[in-house]
Amino acid sequence: MIQAKGLTRRFGDFTAVDQLDLNIERARIFGFLGPNGCGKTTAIRMLTGSLQASEGSVSVLGTALPGGAEALRLKVGYMTQKFSLYESLTVAENLEFVARIYALKGSERRVRLRELLATYGLEQKAKALAGSLSGGQKQRLALAAAVLHRPELLFLDEPTSAVDPENRREFWEQLFDLCDQGTSILVSTHYMDEAERCHNIAILKEGQKRADGTPEALMEAMDACVLELECDGLRKIKETLLGFDEVKSAAQLGTRLRVLIRRDVADPEAWIRQHISTPDAIIDRVRPSLEDVFVTSTGARHDA
Amino acid sequence: MLSLSRIMAILYKELLQLKRDKMTFGMVVMIPLVQLVLFGYAINTNVRDIPVGVVDQARNGLSATLIDMVQATQVVRVTQYYDDIETAEAEIRAARISAVLIIPHDLAARVARSPAIGLESPPTGDRPSARPVAQWVVDGSDTVVAGAIKSLRAMPLTEVLRRPPNAQTPTFETTLLYNPAQRTVVNIVPGLVAVILTMTMVMFTSAAIVREREQGNLEMIINTPVRSMELMLGKIAPFLVIGLLQVALILGLGRLLFSIPFNGSLLTLTLATILFIVASLTLGLVLSTIARTQLQSMQMTIFILLPSILLSGFMFPYEGMPEVAQWIAEALPATHFMRMIRGVVLRDASLLEMYRDALWLTGFCIAGLGIAALRFKKHLD
Repeated sequence: MIQAKGLTRRFGDFTAVDQLDLNIERARIFGFLGPNGCGKTTAIRMLTGSLQASEGSVSVLGTALPGGAEALRLKVGYMTQKFSLYESLTVAENLEFVARIYALKGSERRVRLRELLATYGLEQKAKALAGSLSGGQKQRLALAAAVLHRPELLFLDEPTSAVDPENRREFWEQLFDLCDQGTSILVSTHYMDEAERCHNIAILKEGQKRADGTPEALMEAMDACVLELECDGLRKIKETLLGFDEVKSAAQLGTRLRVLIRRDVADPEAWIRQHISTPDAIIDRVRPSLEDVFVTSTGARHDA
Repeated sequence: MLSLSRIMAILYKELLQLKRDKMTFGMVVMIPLVQLVLFGYAINTNVRDIPVGVVDQARNGLSATLIDMVQATQVVRVTQYYDDIETAEAEIRAARISAVLIIPHDLAARVARSPAIGLESPPTGDRPSARPVAQWVVDGSDTVVAGAIKSLRAMPLTEVLRRPPNAQTPTFETTLLYNPAQRTVVNIVPGLVAVILTMTMVMFTSAAIVREREQGNLEMIINTPVRSMELMLGKIAPFLVIGLLQVALILGLGRLLFSIPFNGSLLTLTLATILFIVASLTLGLVLSTIARTQLQSMQMTIFILLPSILLSGFMFPYEGMPEVAQWIAEALPATHFMRMIRGVVLRDASLLEMYRDALWLTGFCIAGLGIAALRFKKHLD
């Protein structure tokens, strides 16, 4: 599906994407997880052929890039991070424009347009200007335009950054429908809950891939165990614990403190009790989340 | 391979957007209309009724007749009389008058000896036997005004003696073709076509790609099968039609309001205009690939527009400019079109007779379109 080796992109002195290796399978949803500015968009632009790699090789759907980019356009769909259809055209006019670009003829075009308006719940809005739509409607229109030519591979760059949680859930249902019909999807996100829905994810930080695999496997293989503390004076305890190398991260969640401790500490509960002066603290070992994986693999100390 | 259906898709989209953009749509009609009426009436190089003052030291019937004769030329209009020269010069400095006519007290004696009176044939010899009858002191900063008053220098004085003006035999006979009445507007209106087209065509297209970039549409477009040349062609095609409409509007109204003759062939006019419109559009597209924001594209348009007005021969004759300025003028499409449209409208020149300008514009179009498509490709990075 997508194979990349040593993919690198530099802008002047700044390396946006650094030696990225990828192997993405067919009919799966693959996620790029990372904070803003970690190179997700740059990586996607290189994979779609709209940006040249400084180094490395990419092959998408069996076509080597650059060179095959124009031929790939017919098989690939791309939904940009920012809404990129025409706000001064109506929903139907936008879709019609895209359909003409992909050379869909007369009746075929009308059938496909009706189908898309129905699938993405835009029938009522067909004659409304795209600029007047809500965030969720814009996003559905953008998705409809991106899949209009039935691409084998779909790139989505932070597709849900401008919509509310309910729309996000619906949007993901639609992605799974597309995936079920055989479309491979690559999606970038900075939301943990979204990343958790992907079949496979790659965690990016400062242009480098820090970990990849299924979310479950990543949580399983995490190089730390997770404990939650409940007691008084959490802010102070957090400061104390962060002073030790054994503690990878400590973050407060309401009345509890979530602490990530390196695997090589034999008995983490006892280790914590040793280092805090609050004997009545309740300490539980909990299941790791994707956020914990993210924190451990990017080495970021979560000081939330 | 270029795909006609993709070009049509972009063209159709541009038309839809244009239809919704009331402001641009209004400018298409209003810019030519307003400029035609404004410049058609306002610009006049035949200066008349220049306000002047008189210092009459003679104060007799003769001086009064002289003043009447000067006014009768319609070049000047006497607005003030002064007692002394100092006051008059102060008034010139204050710009209340442009010149002052000083009539000396010995006017009668000077007139009697003046050859302009036509009583005797002028004596031969190096030494002037007579002196001028009066003096003009002129604010010479505006060369056109000064020139008009200088033209009064050899005014015949035969009427002073109530004799019919003695028809002098001129050295040269002049036959004025194409604009015998010497109306400035005849030269201005065809020139306005070039200026207005430069303004609207370059402005609309220079904003075209930049707007897509600013609003993020470009990122979507470049991930579709649309090729850069298709995008360029689809974007400029609607403006070709708009440009032709503007030309028809200007020349039609010019004929109606100012009786501008149309002597040439319609086919030649259309071909020349299409060449120039395409040249202006490609120029706009090139600017569009350089500018990053719509404000920048607007500034670049003005950068092109000013020399197109001042150096193209619209305002001042091309022949009067120094050689370097002529080179710059040659680089501007407007200069070539200025010659062509005046040629076809006023002189019925054929395309063959103007082949240099036509070839130059063709070359400009091809080069411009190539550069725009090339630069657009590079810009994806």
